Amino acid sequence: MSKTLYDKLWENHVVHVEADGTALLYIDRHLVHEVTSPQAFEGLKLAGRKPWRVSSIVATADHNTPTDHWEKGIQDPVSRQQVETLDANIHEVGALAYFPFKDKRQGIVHVIGPEQGATLPGMTVVCGDSHTSTHGAFACLAHGIGTSEVEHVLATQCLLQKKSKAMLIKIEGKVGAGVTAKDIVLALIGKIGTAGGTGYAIEFGGPAIRALSMEGRMTVCNMAIEAGARVGFVAVDETTIEYLKGRTFAPKAADWEKATAYWRTLVSDADAPFDAVVELDASEIAPQVTWGTSPEMVASIEGNVPAPEDFSDPVKREGVARALEYMGLVPHTPINQIMIDKVFIGSCTNSRIEDLRAAAAVAKGRHVAANVKLALVVPGSGLVKHQAEAEGLDKIFLAAGFEWRQPGCSMCLAMNDDRLLPGERCASTSNRNFEGRQGNGGRTHLLSPAMAVAAAIAGHFSDVRELTS
Amino acid sequence: MEKFTTYEGLVVPLDRANVDTDAIIPKQFLKSIKRSGFGPNAFDEWRYLDHGEPGMDNANRIKNPDFILNQQRYQGASILLVRSNFGCGSSREHAPWALQDFGFRAILGESFADIFFNNCFKNGLLPIVLPKAEIDALFLLTKSTPGFRITVDLAAQVVSRPDGHKIPFVVDAFRKECLLNGWDDIDLTLRQAEKIRAFEAQRRIEQPWLFA
Repeated sequence: MSKTLYDKLWENHVVHVEADGTALLYIDRHLVHEVTSPQAFEGLKLAGRKPWRVSSIVATADHNTPTDHWEKGIQDPVSRQQVETLDANIHEVGALAYFPFKDKRQGIVHVIGPEQGATLPGMTVVCGDSHTSTHGAFACLAHGIGTSEVEHVLATQCLLQKKSKAMLIKIEGKVGAGVTAKDIVLALIGKIGTAGGTGYAIEFGGPAIRALSMEGRMTVCNMAIEAGARVGFVAVDETTIEYLKGRTFAPKAADWEKATAYWRTLVSDADAPFDAVVELDASEIAPQVTWGTSPEMVASIEGNVPAPEDFSDPVKREGVARALEYMGLVPHTPINQIMIDKVFIGSCTNSRIEDLRAAAAVAKGRHVAANVKLALVVPGSGLVKHQAEAEGLDKIFLAAGFEWRQPGCSMCLAMNDDRLLPGERCASTSNRNFEGRQGNGGRTHLLSPAMAVAAAIAGHFSDVRELTS
Repeated sequence: MEKFTTYEGLVVPLDRANVDTDAIIPKQFLKSIKRSGFGPNAFDEWRYLDHGEPGMDNANRIKNPDFILNQQRYQGASILLVRSNFGCGSSREHAPWALQDFGFRAILGESFADIFFNNCFKNGLLPIVLPKAEIDALFLLTKSTPGFRITVDLAAQVVSRPDGHKIPFVVDAFRKECLLNGWDDIDLTLRQAEKIRAFEAQRRIEQPWLFA
């Protein structure tokens, strides 16, 4: 029988199945960060258990770490304690690799896994972070998990999981100039909604996905969770294999040959059955900007802020009214007339080298508008930062009036000092525009790195295609 | 884990869709390295008029009188009634920890986000999916009937309203057993330790690069 990629990945990891179909899945890679792991390590210790296989662990500190004045260390004592707790836990139990605060390879856990070749096709990857779906770009079954599950994986090397339904999202055609992976995934979420993928494992396919770089595929898979799907993935092709070649933890020599032969089988069979298929035409996607407090509240840069009356469902209408009030927006306002206060380029969605190159290409020779109080560029990892500096991108950003920071999660979720003040409006390349996400009372608009720079330069949302054409 | 068998409690209606885990427990409280004490900060940004930070004396903060959980008639509520896609967003287990620490034992809604749904079961907090029509009716009843209480019977998989109306619900057999017995997942899984070891040994042979 023909199989989906999901079937293949699933079957390759099933250790045991309960009568109701609940399975024990073997976990190949366990990514660990400071926020969701302390209680798990403590639980393990209290129960007198040892980690099952520490060589599956790759750990880093990312959520709490500051992005400037590293010489001062972590000023917030509560944040510092959490990072030091991770240091102590990893020191005690061990790991395949640990990139602590200030290490030159430290960074956002979902950036460094692939960058190190610690994320490989066919793996099950887990992390106590919902954006673990990012690793699906490598044809991994990558689940975001809670802290109890972090402890469960530490203790047993397995995850209890029921098989989801399979959804194929086919992005047909070709994106136009200035339209990126971020625009594809935002347009998709706008179409299927933030619960559209709930209960499904999503395979992203079609020519527009195949045409994306690994960075672009990571951006798309990263936001699978924003469409409600715990896992999202892309089949292996030459782009996947090319990216992995020579990376630190990627297989070498004879293993490389054997591995790549296996990886090439990680595609859905031609006539594999899906429970749902969604198609989108890439050529119809314009640059996207969210206007509300949920990623599904999104419009094209050519569009307008909607009115609550546009929605027939009363719960939805009420939700839109509340979102507009929170966002301080008037119905029917053209998106490109909304003024901004801050700009954030970074996060596990859009902080990789390709994102920074795209942003720098727009920033080059231009300057941030006077009304923009702060424009931050936060690379995803120390290695991304180093690469960007080698290419001179830091100088372009600095000359354009952006700040060039140290790596970390930063203003995506504002656990460190990078945050919005109440009422401030931000053009952000991150993944969530929830109320208070980037700081209490802050107003977040999600968009691509190139669009974030276009907004920084104009002082309001602006169509990057008019700057670059 | 705390057992869940039959539970009767006061219902509070949180009438909005897509309630995300950032709203349930804002990020600044995630800096704690403990598993308990999140209740006073559940829904912090909606519940209080000032900005909350870890270490504040929550008893002396000014509450938002318009927020449903602050209304007198819902004090002591332990069953949360919600709309669709409740718990979307981050995987933070601090969200169910906060709800449970607040005093909730069950959540009734049209739908839940996957990770949140899963996290609830690990903490003896029962999320129940009911048809939209039943949820709509429960919202009407809860709002119109002060002191509206319901009973959740996990063994029978039934929610009972005071008027005798019974609403059946679906729950995975494995999860149900775990909750009814208060079983620890890790203990259960470790009963399969031999199988895990055998699987791992085979994998080491077939894909040695995964064990570098």
